[in-house]
Amino acid sequence: MSWILTLTTFLPLLGALVCLLLPREEVGLLRGVGLSVALLTFLFSLGILSGFNGQTAGFLHEVDLPWVQALGIRYHLGVDGISLWLVLLTTFLMPVVMLSSWSAIADKVREFTVAALVLETGMIGGFLALDLFLFYVFFEVMLIPMYFIIGVWGGERRLYAAIKFVLYTMVGSLLLLVAILYLYVKVHQATGTWSFAYADMQRLVLSEREQLYCFAAFALAFCIKVPLFPLHTWLPDAHVEAPTAGSVILASVLLKYGTYGLLRFALPLFPHAVAEVGPLLAALSLAGIIYGSLVAYAQRDIKKLIAYSSVAHMGIVVLGLLMLNTKAVNGAIYQMLAHGISTGALFLCVGVLYERRHTRRMEEFGGLWAQMPVFAGFFLIFTLASVGLPGLCGFVGEFLVLAGTMSAGRTAFADVPLFGKAHLYAALAATGVVLGAVYMLWMFQRVMLGPNENPKNRKLRDLTLREGMVLTPMAVMAFWLGLYPATFLRDMNPAVHRTLVAFKEKYSAGAADAEPRMLGQDKNKKEEGQPPAKQDKEEGQPPAQQPAQPPAASPPGTGATP
Amino acid sequence: MDASFPLHLIPLLPLLGAIINLLLGRRLGKGAVALVACGSVAAAALVATRAVWVLGTEGLPSGALVDRFFQADWIFSSGDGLDLHVSAGLMLDRLSAVMVLVVTWIGLLIHIYATGYMEHDPGYHRFFGYLNLFMGAMLILVLGDSLPVTFVGWEGVGVCSYLLIGFWYAEDKNATAGRKAFIVNRVGDFGFLLGMCLLFSLIGTLKYSEIGSHMQTLRQPLWLGWPAACFIALLIFVGCTGKSAQIPLHIWLPDAMAGPTPVSALIHAATMVTAGVYVVARTHVLFDVFPTSAKMVVAGIGAATALMAATVGIVQRDFKRILAYSTVSQLGFMFVGVGTGAYAAGIFHLMTHAFFKAGLFLGAGSVMHAMGGEGDITKMGGLGKHLPVTRWTFFIYCLAIAGIFPLAGFFSKDAILAGAWAARFQLARQGFGPFSVEWVQHFTQDIYPKLIWSLLAAAALCTAFYMWRLYFVVFTGRFRGTADQEHHLHESPPEMTVPLMVLAAGSVVAGWVGVPAVMYHEGDWFGAWLAPVLPPPAQELSHSVEWGLMAVALCLSVIGIASAYLLYYGGISEAARRAAQILRPLYLLLYNKYYIDELYDVVFVRPLKRTAWFLWYVVDAFFIDKVLVQGWAWMVSMLGRAVRYLQNGEVQRYLVGVLVGTAGILWVTTTLPPRRAAAFRLSQQGRRVTLEAGGGSSRVGLVYRVDWESDGKWDEVDTRWSTLTHEYPGQGTYKILFEARDPRWGTSSTRRRVVHIE
Repeated sequence: MSWILTLTTFLPLLGALVCLLLPREEVGLLRGVGLSVALLTFLFSLGILSGFNGQTAGFLHEVDLPWVQALGIRYHLGVDGISLWLVLLTTFLMPVVMLSSWSAIADKVREFTVAALVLETGMIGGFLALDLFLFYVFFEVMLIPMYFIIGVWGGERRLYAAIKFVLYTMVGSLLLLVAILYLYVKVHQATGTWSFAYADMQRLVLSEREQLYCFAAFALAFCIKVPLFPLHTWLPDAHVEAPTAGSVILASVLLKYGTYGLLRFALPLFPHAVAEVGPLLAALSLAGIIYGSLVAYAQRDIKKLIAYSSVAHMGIVVLGLLMLNTKAVNGAIYQMLAHGISTGALFLCVGVLYERRHTRRMEEFGGLWAQMPVFAGFFLIFTLASVGLPGLCGFVGEFLVLAGTMSAGRTAFADVPLFGKAHLYAALAATGVVLGAVYMLWMFQRVMLGPNENPKNRKLRDLTLREGMVLTPMAVMAFWLGLYPATFLRDMNPAVHRTLVAFKEKYSAGAADAEPRMLGQDKNKKEEGQPPAKQDKEEGQPPAQQPAQPPAASPPGTGATP
Repeated sequence: MDASFPLHLIPLLPLLGAIINLLLGRRLGKGAVALVACGSVAAAALVATRAVWVLGTEGLPSGALVDRFFQADWIFSSGDGLDLHVSAGLMLDRLSAVMVLVVTWIGLLIHIYATGYMEHDPGYHRFFGYLNLFMGAMLILVLGDSLPVTFVGWEGVGVCSYLLIGFWYAEDKNATAGRKAFIVNRVGDFGFLLGMCLLFSLIGTLKYSEIGSHMQTLRQPLWLGWPAACFIALLIFVGCTGKSAQIPLHIWLPDAMAGPTPVSALIHAATMVTAGVYVVARTHVLFDVFPTSAKMVVAGIGAATALMAATVGIVQRDFKRILAYSTVSQLGFMFVGVGTGAYAAGIFHLMTHAFFKAGLFLGAGSVMHAMGGEGDITKMGGLGKHLPVTRWTFFIYCLAIAGIFPLAGFFSKDAILAGAWAARFQLARQGFGPFSVEWVQHFTQDIYPKLIWSLLAAAALCTAFYMWRLYFVVFTGRFRGTADQEHHLHESPPEMTVPLMVLAAGSVVAGWVGVPAVMYHEGDWFGAWLAPVLPPPAQELSHSVEWGLMAVALCLSVIGIASAYLLYYGGISEAARRAAQILRPLYLLLYNKYYIDELYDVVFVRPLKRTAWFLWYVVDAFFIDKVLVQGWAWMVSMLGRAVRYLQNGEVQRYLVGVLVGTAGILWVTTTLPPRRAAAFRLSQQGRRVTLEAGGGSSRVGLVYRVDWESDGKWDEVDTRWSTLTHEYPGQGTYKILFEARDPRWGTSSTRRRVVHIE
């Protein structure tokens, strides 16, 4: 089944090539091809799910082929319980997005379809890549089509927004590249082989100072993407100017790259740096929650309001990741999915309004419920999902993050000195619960409720069949995520647990003194020196190690007592 | 011990009804919508009754019915040593049995009433969809076997309340009232969520049945020496103040009257708002922990709310607003009940209150239905003869809420008052600062309970007064509305009057299940039913005291009714107007609800808005985006401009640049190498001093020399040397000069050092 990841990743690219061959005027055909490719990709990605078993250690469906042999670059894809759902979120959203832009994108349809499909390849590949070079390539591949989507099909200030988006992301990703290359060299120093492999980099132990610098580069790149306060100002501009499809993809998937990158790369590679700067990041994410909510409350443009609500929601995700226990991290990933659905759907709803009225200013609307009752129902569902109502997608993640944050100091991973103020963190994060209701309901009231006074709104059409087909799957997912989280948590939990065990193992092994070393090696080298200390560690861990064994990457402690 | 029962049917039936009505209701027609709505609730009521029957007859005194259908984990996370397992489990014990019966049966009556009341509303199917949704959520709330499941229902009823308050959304006022209710409730939920998470972080479970076995952990001090249970209890109570409209979060309930009247009856009187009382009773083990500061807070807030709302109720003019304040006040009574440890009394009052308050609201609906939507009681009057059923049922409700023997309110209110009188709080085992331990004990065990009792007694007096003021002004005297309104006055249809009569009958007999033991020694059947779940009050009162309290309460009710009779019988009397004139400041204070809305506006709402604007315009748009982000871009472009200025095409300028650059390079290359190379280190052994030249990588072509005694005798040095030794002839202090010279430019640099030879 190892072909399935490659197929899922590159099918959209193939579709893009097909679209390039089609004549420019065949608008309907192009749209049809785009939609069917996206649908087909979704079906194949469901194939990943069919053979998936979250309990299996490591990654599934792995493909590991040499790509640039001289440099040790490999084409290495694999999926685990963390990336699985993000990939599925991506493939699920793309058909929806394609369908939603059916009439919204009337100009340069071929180019749009190509851009969207290339973007899809980049997004799927990025989540699956297990070679840091490959990841970086996919990470950058996403940038270009998005730049065009904002810059070509966007609103009035589209160029400003597109350039801001690209420059901002580039600043981060260049530093990321430098840090990846640094790790690459260090891996060579420690092992003698050139490799970008994720597994090698994860076993690489650097000194604290090196970790700090590399973590800073990684974290900056990903925190811009999240976006973490105060690096967020590109987001409202990009969202407001992007066409509906762009906003949906941006909010639902691209932002997830920030938090996914933190979880997959920044945290496990540099545990000592995390312990040191974690409180700062936690403070920023809390600031983002409160600040984003308050600024959202001051907006007049619906899209801008939703953009700032993203800042607040993603703040919760980052906080959850930093709490380093399975509840909070599970919650963070769950919140990523939920945010993908609810915020994506809200942008789709704004798109529906924009197509009818060509404005997004709230004061232009009011009392639309009577005109568009079906639309009102959908809009209400997504608004409440965003507010975090139990039974809808937003609650599960929020609850897990809060429970995890509150108990951060009492879990098996608590020896990372980061959790002195966990109670305070939880209390501050929970203010988002109140503020979220304040701005979302205010928005809902201004758009949907009250008297319908604007004559331009008197004759608005309710949803068309196509729009209904766009919003229905989103609503179904919003309920599914809220009502039956077990579907998602079942496979997510073991992967999260493994990630955290690896994190803790690397953290407890201590930072390198000067020379870089590999985790496994170190044990053999210092075997005689400190077996008692090692046993201590082993004893400290048992609660953490009930079902899953430590990852195969590091030979377990049994070898230590021959 | 526990037996299985398909409890999930109870909430699922109304939820199913809600789904049908919301999705298909528009096509179904009103008859079918009403049938689905009432039928699903009736079915739920029957299942619930059967479940309670099973619970009562199968000899499960302390056990509960559980639902295995939902026992799979709903939210879970494992592997970090503190596993979270939230199952979507339902449980029916004797406490939830009371709630389930009240919710389903009174809910059914109100559904039936609403089929008549909402007859002509275009949003008929939407209304019943929401109402069924509410029933489902409320039943999840009371049946949930853990805090998170309760929270699901808790939030669900909040949303339904939001939707139903703003049901007539075309008016901004209604939409705003709904939003206010939701946000104020969310402030409470903030506490609820945190309390839940804190509890979980300490004991790793949130199931009601398991909390009790972790009390050892929860008694540990958490902060400032107070036990964790206190903080959790108070956080959960914050949630309860929101849902049950207690000070300081009571402000939403009066505004919530913007919704249709059956909603006010069902949600904002009989069921949802009592959820807070239920949750406190449900988690009573947390409140019972020593020191009982959490209980003192609950009782204190309850008593203060009871009196505050009752005084406001005296002067209001809007029919439903008076009833709303009455609800807030009665909820305060219930909180005093659970706060003083008289849990059964609090739940008892919850139950009896559900009958007469639902009836009062439905009566109000009937009156307003007849008046064409008019709600101002000063425009009514003399309605008794036009609406006989409404009038006489309303008469019974007013007697019941005033606490006249032997109606329901008398028994439940008496139980609460007795509980408050008997309460003994325990705050500390040692004194606080200036207060000795005896003083603290005296305060918490003697003064504080009596204080609460007096507040409640005053509130009871006000209750009797404002309810009968309402009754007399509306139903007696002469009609004060327009002739057109008078012409249309009519009694409501049977689907509205029958529920009124049923509720009136309930208001009479519901109290008889809890007759105090002093009247009839096996009379407190209700307390006995709850005894396995809720502990009985710790202190018993002597019979004479109990009789005395009862007499006082009854007297206060009679005084209240009598004064209302004197002032308002047959319309608002001249004396009542004069009293309002004389006490004008007080009247205005009460009429404006103590200006609490205005206060919150100044303290919370406006600062929040201003902060939001400030953060947006000044911090975000200006500082972060303009100054920081675009500032970088600006700096880059400025740098570009500066460089462009150099490239202006003037050859003279370029030449100057070349010259200055060359001079700079020359200076650097000639001066720096000797200076850097002139570093040296000395080591001394007796009279022998060794000089070691170091530093400076550009030693090429440099010439070194050293003058050991500063006497002008320079030792030229070979450039390849590394150390040089000199032996001094005798004692003394010598100055060593060391020079590095670049013979190409003639630049040199000298360092000096002093040595002492012993």
